[in-house]
Amino acid sequence: MSEAVIRTVGLSKSYLTAAGSFPALRGVDLTIAPGEFVAIMGPSGSGKSTFMNLLGCLDTPSSGDYFLVGRNVAKLARDELAALRNRRIGFVFQGFNLLPRMSLEDNVALPLVYAACPRDERRQRARRELARVGLGDYAGARPSQISGGQQQRVAIARALINSPQLILADEPTGNLDSHTSTEIMTLFADLNRQGISIVLVTHEADIAAYAGRQVRFRDGRLVSDQPTQTLAAC
Amino acid sequence: MLKAMLGEAWQAMGANRLRSGLTMLGMVIGVGSVVLMLAIGQGAQYAVAQTISTMGSNLYILISGSTSTGGLRSGGGGGPTLTVADADAIAELDGVANVAPVQQGTQQLVYGPNNWSATVVGTTPPYLEARAWTLVAGYPFGDSDVRAATRVALIGQTAADNLFPNEDPLGKTIRIRQSPFVIVGVLGKKGQNLDGRDQDDTLIIPLTTAQRKVFGNPFPGSVRMIMVQATSAEAMPAVEKSMIALLRQRHRLRDGQDNDFYLRNLAAAADSAAETTRVMSLLLGAIASVSLLVGGIGIMNIMLVSVTERTREIGIRMAIGARQRDILAQFLFEALMISVAGCLIGLLLGIGGALLTNTLTDMVIVISGAAVLVAFAVAAGIGVFFGYYPAHRAAALDPIEALRHQ
Repeated sequence: MSEAVIRTVGLSKSYLTAAGSFPALRGVDLTIAPGEFVAIMGPSGSGKSTFMNLLGCLDTPSSGDYFLVGRNVAKLARDELAALRNRRIGFVFQGFNLLPRMSLEDNVALPLVYAACPRDERRQRARRELARVGLGDYAGARPSQISGGQQQRVAIARALINSPQLILADEPTGNLDSHTSTEIMTLFADLNRQGISIVLVTHEADIAAYAGRQVRFRDGRLVSDQPTQTLAAC
Repeated sequence: MLKAMLGEAWQAMGANRLRSGLTMLGMVIGVGSVVLMLAIGQGAQYAVAQTISTMGSNLYILISGSTSTGGLRSGGGGGPTLTVADADAIAELDGVANVAPVQQGTQQLVYGPNNWSATVVGTTPPYLEARAWTLVAGYPFGDSDVRAATRVALIGQTAADNLFPNEDPLGKTIRIRQSPFVIVGVLGKKGQNLDGRDQDDTLIIPLTTAQRKVFGNPFPGSVRMIMVQATSAEAMPAVEKSMIALLRQRHRLRDGQDNDFYLRNLAAAADSAAETTRVMSLLLGAIASVSLLVGGIGIMNIMLVSVTERTREIGIRMAIGARQRDILAQFLFEALMISVAGCLIGLLLGIGGALLTNTLTDMVIVISGAAVLVAFAVAAGIGVFFGYYPAHRAAALDPIEALRHQ
């Protein structure tokens, strides 16, 4: 087996609050192999959001190590983390988070701007990714002109554009109806079959069922880690 | 990358046109007023420089000392202390370009039925060069005219217009105190001097003729005034020193005894006039700069609002890989674009305003490329300076906090 996409060792994070130091995450060990589809579950306040922020290189841990594709990123500077987010990780958010003033094509191409990619190539690759999520005809449209499900597809296209090894999805179906949710999850499953590792945060068991492995958090600790029953999928 | 960022800055500006426009207006007014005020200030400096150059440059005027007769003191020029021989001696000094003894006064000029009162200047040929007079017709009188005390005259434009309303003055004979004078030359136009006196209301005649026929002179060989022109501004201090030493020696003045003549430096008067207008244009520029400053603060204000409004956008950009310097550059570009666009419009308005002022009034307006360049550079500098703080705030945002922002 090749190197793990994600390996955390004793990953901890504390926040300073008015009441003193609050440990949001207390030593999490988790390894995710290439091509895995992992669902992270847990009640609010369980530390799963903190964990996702750390996985997404948006934040640095108070202690412990985080190896992203073999590289320890626990103590990198802000700009180095930005470069990792740009090239290694694709983000999909609950609220889609597209920029409303830009066309879909420009939205999808935005990560390439920060990768200093030339304009023609940006356009070409953005169109290819839009086609991949089934929105090839909407390149010039604005986010406000399409449905929520379509917006989430555009967000996925944006996450895919730098060919990341890892997609982090934070409740990607939270704002969608069940039919559209199914479409989005099917798309994730497709991408996973193409070899991209996916880590997904969700509340809903039927959404988690798309993942091959389910991880549960409680009080800042990882409390269960098991494969999804094959029956539950499909 | 740069093009993409410029495009995005342009889009951001277009997203809120009214706000961008109003912010820009601050810069427009600031740059416009700086350009206009500089144009007016430089115009004033130019006008003064023109006036000064008509008076002749690097000039000293020596005036003979006062006399005291029975307790009645005359003013400067009353005593017969300066002589034509003094003038000749000064002409031999190093650094002296022209020396002209002068005897002048106001006289009634008569031609046919017309008469006119003008300043009559009795002098020698170097006077023309020292005072930067030119001739538009005829020829100047020479040293032989001075030696022979011929009755020839050079007439200024104002005097000519009044004595000869419909005639060419050249070759005509006018009378001063019953003595006939032939007009042999017409002087070019000069306009007012720094005191506001019309320099063209004049008649120039040979010194000897003036003393014998016009003013009379109780002390033969003496002269009231000597005009001395130094070869350059740098030579003036040395000329002043050697001139005073020479005159004291010639007048046999002992140490401790006061000079029996007065020395006036016309360059000093010119300098102070130039200094006044320079200070005035600086002041105008400084006042206009305040509006530029206010415009800059307006930009900072709007950029801060913009950063707050777009916190979530900043979070998204950071999440997908924007580095701090990318965010910094984005907001700096926006500020810069607003200020440079405002500056361009302000330049056009300022130059337009200056041209309009020029047409509507007879004020002299000078628009220099340097002033325009400086205004432009300052505006760009203001964009960067006042845009930096908001951009820095944007870049320093925590990506997680920014993403959570509603």
